[in-house]
Amino acid sequence: MHELSIAMSIVEMAQEEAESRGHVRVQAVHLRLGLLTGVVKEALLSSYEMACHATPLAGSQLLIEEVPVEVYCPKCEAPRQVSSIQWFCCPECATPTPTVLHGRELEVVALEIKE
Amino acid sequence: MSGEPRLVEVRKNVLKQNDVIARALRERFREAGVLAVSLVSSPGSGKTAFLEKTLTVLQPRYRVAALVGDLATENDAARLARSHAPVKQIITGTVCHLEAAMVQNALEGWELSNLDFLFIENVGNLVCPSSYDLGEDLRFVLLSVTEGEDKPLKYPTIFNSADVAVITKADLAGAVEFDEAAAMRNIRAVRPGMEIFKVSAKTGAGMSEYLEFLGHRRAASRSVAAAS
Repeated sequence: MHELSIAMSIVEMAQEEAESRGHVRVQAVHLRLGLLTGVVKEALLSSYEMACHATPLAGSQLLIEEVPVEVYCPKCEAPRQVSSIQWFCCPECATPTPTVLHGRELEVVALEIKE
Repeated sequence: MSGEPRLVEVRKNVLKQNDVIARALRERFREAGVLAVSLVSSPGSGKTAFLEKTLTVLQPRYRVAALVGDLATENDAARLARSHAPVKQIITGTVCHLEAAMVQNALEGWELSNLDFLFIENVGNLVCPSSYDLGEDLRFVLLSVTEGEDKPLKYPTIFNSADVAVITKADLAGAVEFDEAAAMRNIRAVRPGMEIFKVSAKTGAGMSEYLEFLGHRRAASRSVAAAS
């Protein structure tokens, strides 16, 4: 259960951004969360509420966009989305591939602010 | 405080702080010519026994050291110290994984260029450690024969993040009717092409193949460091 420490990093990051923009109020934080990060969306959402408590971000929303796992298929020579993270292979031709292109994202992409 | 809310772009990696420290550590390891290997597994899969055996066997030929992470107690460091290698315990308190900063702090005062191998034993946990880069050159994931062959399918994220899989407690395989082919298939389903070793720290079976692999990897990283 490391979602709380990750939520705290998100709050800290959003707070710094808000301060650097002249102490604007953050209404929502947009996050991209890869399915290979080992971070659970539901746990992160409840941790976020706790992490916001008694900070200028209290009451703000965390909006999570989940990023599917995309691998590179050497046979098709194309990026492909895996159908399951228990099976790292091309969904078209079934070629196994360890090359992960997407799915490890854990980034704050944008803030919804009110001046 | 008036006006409509607006969207401003940020694009920042949440674990940036950890990743920056991890990159600096990786660079330090490279410059010092030390191969850093981390170990992850569930609690009780034999990380410490495996590491103790590794340190003991490598020691006559190589300079080795280890950091070991646990929520509490220095028991593992005491066990590993029997190998006579320098060992330091990292007590994480309530934190369920190691972070790069903990490794950095633990290494304070250590002269890395005096080492050939540095082992970093993570907290026993197959979930949280997958998110944190520790600057290691190789991440080993351990799976004991007593755990069940489907563990890689239950925890694909950590198995996918590792470079090498080690099946431990091989001496118990018969007693628990371990299906080795199924375990290998599952490991390679979540990480195609992954190198897999099967060892028993107790009997020493399989240790020589794995140690040979480590020796090769260290030689390869040394030659890259020397060339740059």
